[in-house]
Formats: sequence, C-alpha cells, structure tokens
Amino acid sequence: MTSTEQASTTRPMIEFRDVTKTYDGGQPAVDSLTMDIERGKITVFVGPSGCGKTTSLRMINRMVEPTSGRILLDGQDVAEQKAAELRRSMGYVMQSSGLMPHRTVLDNIATVPRLNGVARSTARARAKELLDVVGLAPELGRRYPGQLSGGQQQRVGVARALAADPPVLLMDEPFSAVDPVVRAELQSELIRLQRDLAKTIVFVTHDIDEATILGDRVAVFAVGGRLAQFADPEEILRAPVDDFVAGFVGRDRGFRHLSFQEGEDVTIHPIETIETGRLADPSVTVNSPWTLLVDAEGRPHGWVPEATRESVTSQADAVPGGSLYTRGDSLRRALDASLSSPSGLGVTVDDDGRVVGVVRAAEVFELIEAGRLDRGRANYNTAV
Amino acid sequence: MDWISGIIDYVPANIGQLRQLTGNHLLQSVLPIVFGVLIAVPLAQLARQNRTLAGIMLTGSSLLYTIPSLAMFVFLPLVLGTSILSMVNVVVALTIYAVALLMRSTVDALTSIDDGVRQAAVAMGYTPLRRFLTVDLPLSIPVLIAGVRVISVTNISMVSVGALIGVPSLGRLFTDGLTRNYPVQIAVGIIITLLLALLLDLLLVLLERVLTPWARSSTTRRTRAAALDARTVAS
Ligand SMILES: Nc1ncnc2c1ncn2[C@@H]1O[C@H](COP(=O)(O)OP(=O)(O)O)[C@@H](O)[C@H]1O
Ligand SMILES: [Mg+2]
Repeated sequence: MTSTEQASTTRPMIEFRDVTKTYDGGQPAVDSLTMDIERGKITVFVGPSGCGKTTSLRMINRMVEPTSGRILLDGQDVAEQKAAELRRSMGYVMQSSGLMPHRTVLDNIATVPRLNGVARSTARARAKELLDVVGLAPELGRRYPGQLSGGQQQRVGVARALAADPPVLLMDEPFSAVDPVVRAELQSELIRLQRDLAKTIVFVTHDIDEATILGDRVAVFAVGGRLAQFADPEEILRAPVDDFVAGFVGRDRGFRHLSFQEGEDVTIHPIETIETGRLADPSVTVNSPWTLLVDAEGRPHGWVPEATRESVTSQADAVPGGSLYTRGDSLRRALDASLSSPSGLGVTVDDDGRVVGVVRAAEVFELIEAGRLDRGRANYNTAV
Repeated sequence: MDWISGIIDYVPANIGQLRQLTGNHLLQSVLPIVFGVLIAVPLAQLARQNRTLAGIMLTGSSLLYTIPSLAMFVFLPLVLGTSILSMVNVVVALTIYAVALLMRSTVDALTSIDDGVRQAAVAMGYTPLRRFLTVDLPLSIPVLIAGVRVISVTNISMVSVGALIGVPSLGRLFTDGLTRNYPVQIAVGIIITLLLALLLDLLLVLLERVLTPWARSSTTRRTRAAALDARTVAS
C-alpha cells in the first residue's frame, strides 16, 4: 500500500497523453500533446492567439472532449468521471470574470459549495473569509458584480474558484482585461496565494512576460496546437528551442508593454489650424512652423509648413500627415503618431476624428520611462 | 358635462355588473399570460437546442398568430367540446396567441445572455437543468417581461372580442351599448379597459423591478467601487 500512496504524491497532478483535438473537420487545434503538470506548481500555457491554449485547458475539466488521447487527473482518466462533478473539483477563472450578474458577490463566491450541497449559511461564511483572502473589503460582499471595477471582479473570480478548496485551479487569461497596474498587483497576489495554498495552477496567457513572472514551468504553444517548448522560464528565455520560440520570446520585448499602457496622462497641446477652403486665398498666412490642415468638420488632412505656405494652394500640396492618435488610446499609439508625423507632433483626434491638439514625442517618452520605473518597482515587490 | 355626469350616474347604478365583468375580463386576460409563459419558456429552450425544431416552431407560431381571434373563439368549442359561451375558449385561444408571440421573444431572451456567463456556469459544474433554472431563466427576465408586457396589452383588448359571441367580459359594455344606442356605457367600457391595461402594465414593471434587483444602479456605484479598488491596491 505504501508504494501506491507514494506514487500518488509524486506523480504529476495532470498528465496529457498524446492528446489531439480537431474541431469539426478542421486542422488540429491541439496536436498530440503529451506533458506532465506538476503538483503544487504554476504551469503556464503561453503562445499566440489560436494555438490551442484554451482548448488544452478546457480538456482538463471536460468542457472540451479530446478527439483522441487521454488526460489523467491524479492518475485517473477524466473521461471516466462525471463532467459536472469533475468541474466542481477544479477552480476555473476566465478572462471576463464570468460572474453571475444576478447574484451578489458573496453568493457568486459560494457557487460551487452550494452546488456541492453545502448549506447556504456555511457557504456564505466561507465566502466572507475568501473576500479577505483575495484582498477585497467585506462590504463588497453584498454588491452585485455590475457594481465592481474590472480588477475587483477578477478578484471575485479568483475567490469563487477557491471556494470549494479544489486542489487544481484552471485560469484562462484571467488578468488580460484589467489595466497594467492592477494586473501587476493581481499577479503578485497570485504568487502569494500559491505560496500559501500550494494549489496546482494551470495558467493560460498570450503574454510572455506574464508567463515568465508567474510560471514555475512554461509551455510555449505554436500555431497548429504544437507544444514547442516546455521548460523553466529561465531556460525558455535563455535557450529557446527553435526559431518560433525565439521569435515569440523576443518579439519587441519592452516595446510591447506600451500597447497596454494607457495614454490618459499624455499632455495634449493646442495646434494652429487652417481650413482647406481658405488655402487658395494667399492673404491667409500661417504663424507657426507647422500648421495643421483641417476640413470644415475639423478632420486633419496634412501639414502646411510655414516656409512653403505660398506654394500650398490646395489639399494636394500639403505635406501628408502620419498616423492619428485618438485621445485616451495607448501610449504606443501616441508614440506612433508623434514619430510618424513630419512635424514631430502627433495629431490627436476625438472619437469622431476631429482634431483636438497634438502630442509631443519627447513627452510620450517621459511617460514611458515613468511607467518602466513603476513596473520595475512592482516586479521588485513581487520578487521580495 | 353630460358625459361626465352620465358616467358618474352609470357606474354606481351598475357597480355589481361592472365588478363581475371586470373580474371576468381580468381572468381571461391574465390566465393566458401565465399559461403562455409556462408553455413558451420550455419550448423556447427546446428550440434553442435544435435548429430544425426552432425553424418549425417559429414559423408555426407566426402562422398561428394570423388566425383571426373571432374565428378561433368560434372554432375552439368544436375542438374542446366546451360551450360556445365558456370563458375557457377565450383563455385557450389567447394562450395560443401568447405562446405564438412569446416564442420568439423568449428565444431572444435566452439568447441574450452573455456567453461568458454561460461558459462560467458550465465551468463551475452546473448540471444543464440547474443552469437553465438558476442562471439562464433569471437572467432572461428583463427581455422576457418586455415580451409579456406586449401580450398583456394585446390580451386586454382581445378579450373584448369574445363578447361578440356572448362570453362575458368588459366587451359586453360595447355590444350592449351599441344595441341600446347608449354611448355612456361604451365610454365606461373603454375607460375600464384602459385602466386595466395600465394597471397590468404597471404590475409587470413592478414585478420586473422586484425580480431583478441586480439590474438597478449597476453603474452608479462603480465610481465608489473604483475608489475602494484603489484603496485595496494601495494597502
Ligand atoms: N468551439 C470551437 N469550434 C471550432 N473551432 C474552435 C473552437 N474553439 C476553438 N477553435 C479553434 O481552435 C483553435 C485553437 O483555439 P483556442 O484553443 O481557443 O486557442 P487559444 O486559446 O490559444 O487562443 C483556433 O483555431 C480556434 O479557431
Ligand atoms: Mg484562449
């Protein structure tokens, strides 16, 4: 007996054995996947969109059935277990928190215990404790999910997944939809939770940075549902096994962050404009080095340099503009707009495409630097 | 002034009859709503699971709806074996219309539910029946009630048609008023019918509010929630 007991504690929590999934006649979404997921560790599935991460994750709790192959949970084939009961034995967190909008936060957290037949009062008491575990104020328990911010909803999602104290947590891009500051916070809290609770966590993300921050082990998926590399994060970064992994790991590291960083703080400066209709009138002069050409609706149509004002008599003569920055968009867009503009001024428009001003490349850079410092601090805190 | 005094005289003098006709009228309009919902909801769920079935049901219900109500009231006693004067005929006929009308809006109601929520319910380990009853159904209440409100108004007016063949309802005030050339009676009929329609609609609005506490003020407190979020992050 002792030998089998030992086997059950050292054997992997989840084993994929030559698992293939092909949706109705198409290409395989997951192709001959064989891997072991270690007990009590965070295993991250990372890869570009559509490479079968969600499919692989959902085959573990039978939300998706494999076309062939077997998946063992604690040594037992999941196909032989009742789907609903199997799912209750694993926590599941998804990108849009998927909370029940018609249930209070407490009742949402209590969902799985209630499904398991735990009395409402007991389940709610446990839910209250979990609010604290995920760092939410107790008074939020009476709210409905619609009354919470995105970050709070994700925390509730995590609390709900933990409620029945399952040994396994499945998390599908749980932090992708929240802003970067809250995401960094949620990531470090997940690491803390994991240290305290020692769950087996399977975590899906398309973000290699998130994968390397969180993962004890990282599985890089390639297009076509192929497992390209499965190793420690250091090894993935240091020794990518092929060009695909190298490319995925290296792809505009750092710069990619900007896509997620919001440009709310960037200063929008006023800009002198001239209407297309008035170009032909030579008596209309311009008074700054670069004047923006706009139509009657205020939409931008290129630049009029002061030096060559006389030669610009129609829209066709204007210097073409660069990409536009819609107010409130990401810093990356702001940077694109300012760098692609011949004047070095990024044309900023409102949601209707009307000019509201310009952003300056130097100032966008300053914000990027500030963001980098913040992130460094967050990562430092995570590491401590 | 004649009108008003005529009505003021008419109502107390006939209060017994008015009360009875109003009661009958309510019964014939409300029962079909209840039956309609009870039948349409499971049918709609079936339709959602099977495309061919959905096509047949939706076409069928549109066809049913084109049958004139008077024809239905006259025809049903032959099928049901009821007396032509029986309220059952009206209730059954209006239930058929209610189902026909509710089918599409109920399918819409059930389809309107956020797929993320449905997926989450599956992932949590709900059995299909429990999910339908405790997730899909409550969440479809707003769209469902919107459909019911349309029927409730339609029913209130359609019940009157039954009076043409002698089924007792407020419609009798119209038929009587017409044969006796007594416009005050018709006016009273119109007023009570209008009041009933308004009352029923109001009740449905209240019912929705009571059944969907989560739908209220879901955005107003978001700013406070964000403030709290900032606090938890800072701590
Ligand atoms: N329910 C489905 N039906 C058909 N094809 C699907 C379904 N779910 C996913 N796929 C396809 O399978 C592939 C892998 O999808 P998915 O597992 O969601 O990838 P990822 O999570 O990595 O973005 C994609 O090509 C996707 O279009
Ligand atoms: Mg996915």
